[in-house]
Amino acid sequence: MAKIHVTTTINGAPTEFLCDPSQTLLDVLRDQLGLTGSKEGCGSGDCGACSVTVDGRLVCSCLVLAPEAEGAKVETIEGMAQGDKLHPLQKKFVEMAALQCGICTPGFLIASRALLERNNNPTETEIRYWLAGNLCRCTGYDKIIHAVMEVAAEMRESAK
Amino acid sequence: MSNPKYKWIGTRPDRPDGADKVTGRARFAADFNLAGQLIGKVLRSPHAHARIKSIDTSKALALPGVKAVVTAKDFPEQADLTVPAGEMQVNLRDVTRNIMAREKVLYEGHAVAAVAATTEAIAKQALSLIKVDYQILPHVIDVAEAMKPGAPVLHETLMTEGAKPPATKPSNIAKRIEFAKGDTKAGFAKAEVIIERSFTTQAVHQGYIEPHAALASASEDGQVQIWSTTQGHFQVRGFCARLLNMETSQIRVTPSEIGGGFGGKTVVYLEPLAVRLSQKSGKPVKMTMSREDVFRASGPAPGGNVHVKIGAMKDGRIVAGECTVEMQAGAFPGSPVGPACMCSFACYDIDNVFIVGFDVVSNRPKVAAYRAPGAPISSFAVESTIDMLCQQLNMDPIDLRLKNAATKGTKTAYGVTFGVIGMVETLQAAKDSPHYKTPVKPGFARGVAAGFWFNVGADSSAAAHVGEDGTVTVISGNPDIGGSRASLALMAAEELGIDYDKIRPVIADTASIGFNFVTGGSRVTFATGLAVVNSVRDLIRDLKSRAAKTWGVDPDGVIWENGMAKPAGSNVGTFEPLSIAQLAATAGKTGGPINGHAQLNVTGAGPGFGVHVCDLAVDADTGIVTIGRYTAAQDVGTAIHPSYVEGQLQGGAVQGIGWALNEEYIYNAQGRLANAGFLDYRIPVASDLPMIETVLVEVPNPTHPYGVRGVGEVPIIPPLATVGNAVARATGLRMLDLPLSPPKLSAALDAARPLMAAE
Repeated sequence: MAKIHVTTTINGAPTEFLCDPSQTLLDVLRDQLGLTGSKEGCGSGDCGACSVTVDGRLVCSCLVLAPEAEGAKVETIEGMAQGDKLHPLQKKFVEMAALQCGICTPGFLIASRALLERNNNPTETEIRYWLAGNLCRCTGYDKIIHAVMEVAAEMRESAK
Repeated sequence: MSNPKYKWIGTRPDRPDGADKVTGRARFAADFNLAGQLIGKVLRSPHAHARIKSIDTSKALALPGVKAVVTAKDFPEQADLTVPAGEMQVNLRDVTRNIMAREKVLYEGHAVAAVAATTEAIAKQALSLIKVDYQILPHVIDVAEAMKPGAPVLHETLMTEGAKPPATKPSNIAKRIEFAKGDTKAGFAKAEVIIERSFTTQAVHQGYIEPHAALASASEDGQVQIWSTTQGHFQVRGFCARLLNMETSQIRVTPSEIGGGFGGKTVVYLEPLAVRLSQKSGKPVKMTMSREDVFRASGPAPGGNVHVKIGAMKDGRIVAGECTVEMQAGAFPGSPVGPACMCSFACYDIDNVFIVGFDVVSNRPKVAAYRAPGAPISSFAVESTIDMLCQQLNMDPIDLRLKNAATKGTKTAYGVTFGVIGMVETLQAAKDSPHYKTPVKPGFARGVAAGFWFNVGADSSAAAHVGEDGTVTVISGNPDIGGSRASLALMAAEELGIDYDKIRPVIADTASIGFNFVTGGSRVTFATGLAVVNSVRDLIRDLKSRAAKTWGVDPDGVIWENGMAKPAGSNVGTFEPLSIAQLAATAGKTGGPINGHAQLNVTGAGPGFGVHVCDLAVDADTGIVTIGRYTAAQDVGTAIHPSYVEGQLQGGAVQGIGWALNEEYIYNAQGRLANAGFLDYRIPVASDLPMIETVLVEVPNPTHPYGVRGVGEVPIIPPLATVGNAVARATGLRMLDLPLSPPKLSAALDAARPLMAAE
């Protein structure tokens, strides 16, 4: 089967790749582009470990076909830190022990950033529902929710 | 909060692997790749129970791109030999049959063949070309059914070990065990109140988010390298050596970062297959399980049937306890029925106890360890029965437990007499918690339950190396599953008297550090922590001898204080203290590199106790449970890094909540798992939960220099009964069977409604 040529932007960098029509965006990110920060926990959109944004929209990259990235702007965990500076969410997750094994962490960070870009004053309940598509089996979510609340508060403070 | 006794212990610095894990840089098993690697895939049984009449792999092998195919014939037969795997025991004869079915397939998902091909698509196509001729056999899923005479027998040679009278024909009951203390007959005769009930729990999966994955590369000279996600790379080496008839020195295993394990990654599934495929193809082979494979073919925790009888006096004093545990082992013997029995009444000082356990095989995947293996199941039954006792005697559930709590000197039913333990302190802390002191909100009800786990020591090795600038690398050999690198570095910093950030903890592969038992049993911070402390003490001895050499004094005349060598007294002479950096700079002149080592078999693990409190509401129409508030109190010995200790309590509690409310393996009539995915096997999500409050009770373990007790396992034990007890108090309905899922709970409420109205 002929490969499809896709022209896209990943973490701000113009990127081209060839893929099968049936290949997922996650497979291309991980296996062809070496961006292994997005994880496959289920391959069925249930765990959120492969969360990325496509044109600002939070998606499970295991449910997106790679050709759908044509012309889009894809953001992955690898693009979250700026140079050697961690994003406030990344920093807070480490500071507040919001991770244990760390396999779900990239997905939670991408999802949390997408939330705070839309709403920098979410309630605890709003955070919990926004992140309900990301599974964490280690932390019981407590410290993740606290970290996101804390970053939201800092964002509101610095926006003043 | 920090520990006033220490400078570093009890503080909350950033974890050493933090930056890697928030940037996607950390490498988990599926992130490893080698040039020229093949992709390996496993063909799995669609049947719950069948005899394999023949396997024809010729068409698969002929497919262009397929480089190797393996079946059971590629693995040597194993002796009937039981070896430890995590906190469980496994028989090598069974392990080789579990990684690749031989005479029979024993559960849906059982591996029957594996292929390696140039692409995943070709590998998948090759699987469809393998022809297996099965003779389908009757199957049995349920433990009670499997125990009945006339049930389909899985293993024609399995005779019940410990049966009374001795077994005369094969059955599915692999083992009968018994623990006794005192005289329960006399105890029950004396009792003023007796409560007796039967409970069931379902099989649940550990649910680690990272599926099993392995990459193996075999060389023509017989050397093998493996990269895999495991709780014990030394065990991967050991199993592969046994299963492939190799020497351990030929196998080098590098553990990846591990994306959760909870006990489920203490055994091997893919590694031996990947090695064999690599040997046959001459190429590296990478294998990854799908989530469906993880559910169908990797170890769930067992379900069990537990019968409990408790006798007490009217003042709440328990005088007798009996418990019978029938536990799923899965397709091969070896359920955690032993610890389930031992933990059942261990929270309490009861004069008369009798416990019987049965290890029962059925056509399910072989169970693996899951956080305090077995204990949540027996504890659910005992703690629910105790709650009924509290209701009947109208006593506060914490007060009744305080009245019966195990203390130092309590002899357990399994024979051990407790040393310094914190059951009473933990109950008291739960009682004093802000949560327990707050009245229950209208519409909610409160449940309480306790739990016990032994904790484990075992074999650990560690090394401490001083770099030429005086910074230190601490090397250990246990995969870091929840922040253990931070706790090891904190203990090293405390011991050495230098800053935490001058210490870099690393986890070495099997060729770069001595043997370490698995990450499991809540042993790493305790036992490997002790090895690290001892390696640093060995290092300090070396550092002191270097200072002695520098000063021309006897090594006994040097002390180590705040990261410096100092003269022990004025009689030694007057010398400026020497820092570790200064000693490192002159190491070449005083004897070369400065290193410390330690290896030991650690005993004296301090048992842990937990007490949980839960407020919840039940929607009478839908059966949906809403948890309003949850608190986990636990004796943690000394909290080395309190954030990660809290994290263990919170994570364990939520796994237990999932076990109580939703999680279960559901089988159809054909013996096939009906919910092998995260959509239908529902683990708790963020919106299901409130914050999980924690109370860290510190009763130091006297056998550890910093008082460490394992903390990881206890917190999964109490939630099952804590939630169940709260549901019973919310609805007036005592649910004896887990999970308390909405359809089950609403059906039970519907059924009870006319009954309750009539009363």
